[in-house]
Amino acid sequence: MSQTVKTPPTPAPSEASNRVSLGLSNRLLARPEIGALVAAIVIFIFFLIVAPAFRSPGSFATVLYQASTIGIVAVAVGLLMVGGEFDLSAGVLATSAGLFNAMFCYQLGLNLWVGAVLSLIFALAVGFFNGYMVVRTGIPSFLITLGTFFILQGANLGLTKLITGAVSTPNINRMDGYSSLKAIFSSAWEVGGIRLEITVLWWIIFVILAAWILQRTKIGNWIFAVGGNADSARAVGVPVRKVKIGLFMTVAFMAWFVGMHLLYKFDTLQAGLGVGNEFLYIIAAVVGGTLLTGGFGNAIGVALGAFIFGMTNLCIVYAGWDPNWFRAFLGVMLLLAVMVNMYIKKLSTTRKVG
Amino acid sequence: MIRSAKGSAVSRPRKGLTLTALAAAALLALAACSGGGAPPSQPEGQQGGGGGDSGYTIAMVTHEAPGDTFWDKIRAGAEQAAKDTGAELKYSANPQVGEQATLIQNAIDSKVDAIATTLYSDALAGSVKNAQAAKIPVVGFNTGISVYQDMGALMYFGSDEDLAGQTAGKRISDAGAKHALCVIQEEGSLALEARCAGVKKSLANTENIQVNGRDVSAVTSSLQAKLSQDKSIDYIVTLGAPIALAALQSIDQSGSAAKLVTFDLNTDAAQAIKDGKIEFSIDQQPYVQGYMAVTSLYLYLKNGNDIGGGKAVLTGPSFVDKSNIDVILPFAQNNTR
Repeated sequence: MSQTVKTPPTPAPSEASNRVSLGLSNRLLARPEIGALVAAIVIFIFFLIVAPAFRSPGSFATVLYQASTIGIVAVAVGLLMVGGEFDLSAGVLATSAGLFNAMFCYQLGLNLWVGAVLSLIFALAVGFFNGYMVVRTGIPSFLITLGTFFILQGANLGLTKLITGAVSTPNINRMDGYSSLKAIFSSAWEVGGIRLEITVLWWIIFVILAAWILQRTKIGNWIFAVGGNADSARAVGVPVRKVKIGLFMTVAFMAWFVGMHLLYKFDTLQAGLGVGNEFLYIIAAVVGGTLLTGGFGNAIGVALGAFIFGMTNLCIVYAGWDPNWFRAFLGVMLLLAVMVNMYIKKLSTTRKVG
Repeated sequence: MIRSAKGSAVSRPRKGLTLTALAAAALLALAACSGGGAPPSQPEGQQGGGGGDSGYTIAMVTHEAPGDTFWDKIRAGAEQAAKDTGAELKYSANPQVGEQATLIQNAIDSKVDAIATTLYSDALAGSVKNAQAAKIPVVGFNTGISVYQDMGALMYFGSDEDLAGQTAGKRISDAGAKHALCVIQEEGSLALEARCAGVKKSLANTENIQVNGRDVSAVTSSLQAKLSQDKSIDYIVTLGAPIALAALQSIDQSGSAAKLVTFDLNTDAAQAIKDGKIEFSIDQQPYVQGYMAVTSLYLYLKNGNDIGGGKAVLTGPSFVDKSNIDVILPFAQNNTR
């Protein structure tokens, strides 16, 4: 859009070609995901050089799987952050959803589909609660969802212990509905000797869907408007409350989805799982170019952020570096990614000014 | 715009209603009984009634990370012992050593009769001294085998992690292991590091890997990555039962031929041993640790007894493999082993 405004109608011939190409690169550089893309490529090439074990399609598939388990929730968290809010409860909510499904069905001897559907309703209710509390009370979402995070974390443990007498759910792989649910949430195919997990496919679908909604629909415009300035958004008729509650519920849906994946991949869940993942989602979103203050970001960028995190996480192993230093390496690589991202963004803005 | 919004607003509830009705019908159809669920509940007659009401209050303070199946068994053992001896058990836990020290101080302040605690770090020495000054007997369990006497604890119940690691290392080495991978799921844990170091003493070609024990899918993909990075790994040693189950998936998915041994047990790991997927487990019998810690304090208070002859009482390493799994599996399912 800005490019059409900037292109002067009758410039000197040589200058014109120059400006048009600049405009094109400007347009490219102004996209939020471009910094993350460059960072992903830089880190990708770096690890191809230092980690010989990474140079196989199988390894790449493992990286994609790792990225997808973060990325599915992260894409929703990214949307939420564009809408100007945080969700710290997403990581434990995934565990809650899985625990709910497993214990409800196991104790009552019901088909697992019943639990899966009820667990979805439960997760959406939690998302609704988060959103409703935020828009109703005006308390920062950081605090509201921190509360939900602690409540769920405690309830996960307390209820699991109360119901099963242990802190992990019983094995559900002999119950009705198991195979069909496993097919949806946790199947995998061998494609040319590479094992591709279905979560990767779901991740791609969710990212495309989110990108489309954000860039091409009215709701997408609303999300940007709400995150940029909620008051002016409200003034021009954007249903701010509905948008925010909807975003929280989207995060809850994705958390439920990952919870289902974990349950049907491992057949049993420990009640303490998922703590700390809420930050991974936010990290993926921020590395992918989402602004912490809201109003700026995009789905492809968040996906790249999750990819960078998953790749770095595993490639440190592929490279065979000293495991004691794992976190330190991870920190350096993430800083690197963010700095490349910043540099590219700065490049784009200075060029625009010039 | 406005019109279309209104239109959809009118049609939406109807659509929603139909959908809800459909979903409800589907759920009802599915709500038929499923196999493989919980067995019908049995009367709780077999739990021992125990020694009536001794009236002692015993505090147990641990560094449990919330939600770990292992600690659950320690606690189950301690609770059973409290029931059997008629004592009241006050359990508290915090994985951070400073907080754990505060919890011990809490127990002292509330004038309990005795304290059982894991001696996770030297930082707890001050709290144990305070308990001594208040004439409250302290026993150590689970962690701190090398320091419990210096710190002033009367007795100790636990496994020698170094010895356990060495025994495990020797056993896989005898079975032909050339290159083992030792999986550490908690960063900076002395006990876990000691186990891996023990394995390395018996099998020099052992390397460690750090994984995030709070995220099972991350554990599988990290191990998968490691197995494809180094094809020479022929044995994996995991340090907790849930991690072992995640490792099974990694082995399966990476097409590796590596064999798996693990520390500790839970129902699924016991089943996997029975099915031959896990070679063996090195069990430190957490239930016994919890049970003995409380019982020893009861005996000390009641009768002045001292257990262990001035030395630590070892609850492990005890091997669980195909030869004895049939006996142990029911206990594992019962959450006591």
